[in-house]
Amino acid sequence: MAAREEVLALQAEVAQREEELSSLKQRLAAALSTGQESARSVPVSPLPPRAALSREEIRRYSRQLVLPELGMQGQLRLAAAAVLVVGCGGLGCPLAQYLAAAGVGRLGLVDYDVVEASNLARQVLHGEALAGQAKVFSAAAALRRLNSAVECVPYAQALTPATALDLVRRYDVVADCSDNAPTRYLVSDACVLAGRPLVSASALRFEGQLTVYHYGGGPCYRCVFPRPPPAETVTSCADGGVLGAVTGVLGCLQALEVLKTAAGLGPSYSGRLLLFDALRGDFRCIRLRRRRPDCAACGERPTVTDLQDYESFCGSSATDKCRSLRLLSPEERISIMDYKRLLDSRSPHLLLDVRPQVEVDICRLPHALHIPLKSLERRDAESLKVLGEAIREGKQGAQEGASVPIYVICKLGNDSQKAVKILQSWADLDSLTVKDVVGGLMAWAAKIDGTFPQY
Amino acid sequence: MAAPLSVEVEFGGGAELLFDGVKKHQVTLPGQEEPWDIRSLLVWIKKNLLKERPELFIQGDSVRPGILVLVNDADWELLGELDYQLQDQDSVLFISTLHGG
Repeated sequence: MAAREEVLALQAEVAQREEELSSLKQRLAAALSTGQESARSVPVSPLPPRAALSREEIRRYSRQLVLPELGMQGQLRLAAAAVLVVGCGGLGCPLAQYLAAAGVGRLGLVDYDVVEASNLARQVLHGEALAGQAKVFSAAAALRRLNSAVECVPYAQALTPATALDLVRRYDVVADCSDNAPTRYLVSDACVLAGRPLVSASALRFEGQLTVYHYGGGPCYRCVFPRPPPAETVTSCADGGVLGAVTGVLGCLQALEVLKTAAGLGPSYSGRLLLFDALRGDFRCIRLRRRRPDCAACGERPTVTDLQDYESFCGSSATDKCRSLRLLSPEERISIMDYKRLLDSRSPHLLLDVRPQVEVDICRLPHALHIPLKSLERRDAESLKVLGEAIREGKQGAQEGASVPIYVICKLGNDSQKAVKILQSWADLDSLTVKDVVGGLMAWAAKIDGTFPQY
Repeated sequence: MAAPLSVEVEFGGGAELLFDGVKKHQVTLPGQEEPWDIRSLLVWIKKNLLKERPELFIQGDSVRPGILVLVNDADWELLGELDYQLQDQDSVLFISTLHGG
């Protein structure tokens, strides 16, 4: 057992170090935000070819240098290669980490977004200290710590039709680590126009997909998906969920394909699509079509000769942020503030929470009745009985047996509107007032109760 | 008269959510006058397997954009798409493309 004096001395020293650390973090954040301004204007010149490795480089890369397939020649190619990483999230972080560790000469990092707490479970280059900072600077800082010889070029902006082609032309290989359909079409078209191979991965829930587009006579993204998916069929990681180790596996596989392409070994997944199902532990590889002669981008008579407006092509925005639906008129909705007033005045009503069970397990308002939207859509008998009983009980509690209004709530205020539409369509409820709560429980957390969890 | 066919129908990438979350379905397609092709399989799936919101799976007589059809692990485009004639013990996979990252 240490003496009491020693404990006190150590405690004081820990406190002092913590203070120093906090001041360092502040200086770092300031330095990062100045860097943000200068990075944009830095022109990038082509990397010169490399003739030899230094003694330090040989020691550092020795374990991969002795691989006959890679060898000195492959490593020199990696050192002279520039790779553009589109998206510094769940895929881009492990991808960039392995590319930097392997000694790729230059990494261009594109992302418009900032680090948030909900990123940390899978976007492994970002740490708690840089929450709120641009992801590209957070990633560049982590990569610099890992391998200071790798040149990182951060682009803290969205990839747009105006900038994409010029940017893609400055890099040898492109990795699509983005999270939305418009960006995927944009990156693919830019790679076709610039003649660059595209290593593409995606992940959602427990599944991942990986392929290489526009390489050696293989298809481009448009060959396989000539028409964009309807916007309502695209699920984001925020809505559908995703496990970090799944994006990690896909990002690492993507890094492998980039490294093989850049080192001159050639990729394995041109014309093939890898399907990964983490829940079943299943890797499956399927044969894709060849390049389509009638493809709008890479076909014999291409109609995509310039980059286009991909957001209107896909009918969705180039982010993975949740969309705000507008299915109801303002009279059919109630703001979170008005709902709180109504609750405080003890006005009789029924609050109906229509989120899936898994989200109700995370957090809920204790007075809400829970019936998932899916059960309403299916007219599930048990749920209808529960709802009918709640409506009857409400009537008994109200003055002169009047019907009580129903307020429908969900996470963000989209599903609640769909639920109101369903309830309105039921003839036996047509005398009831049914409204949805704008902004849902996340508005409750933001405006009413700061202790309510946000997810 | 085409004989009944035993076929494995599989859904992935989230498409299984329209089928009660069940990914693999071992199905028997009854004998019929015309040979079974993907076009008639889609009609059969819509009638017998699809639990909800058919518009999220089928558009017109084909699958909606963003769903890739694979027969015995090969892109259906290599096999004639809707006109591919199913064989006994074929495996047909409908995979919804993912965009997340």
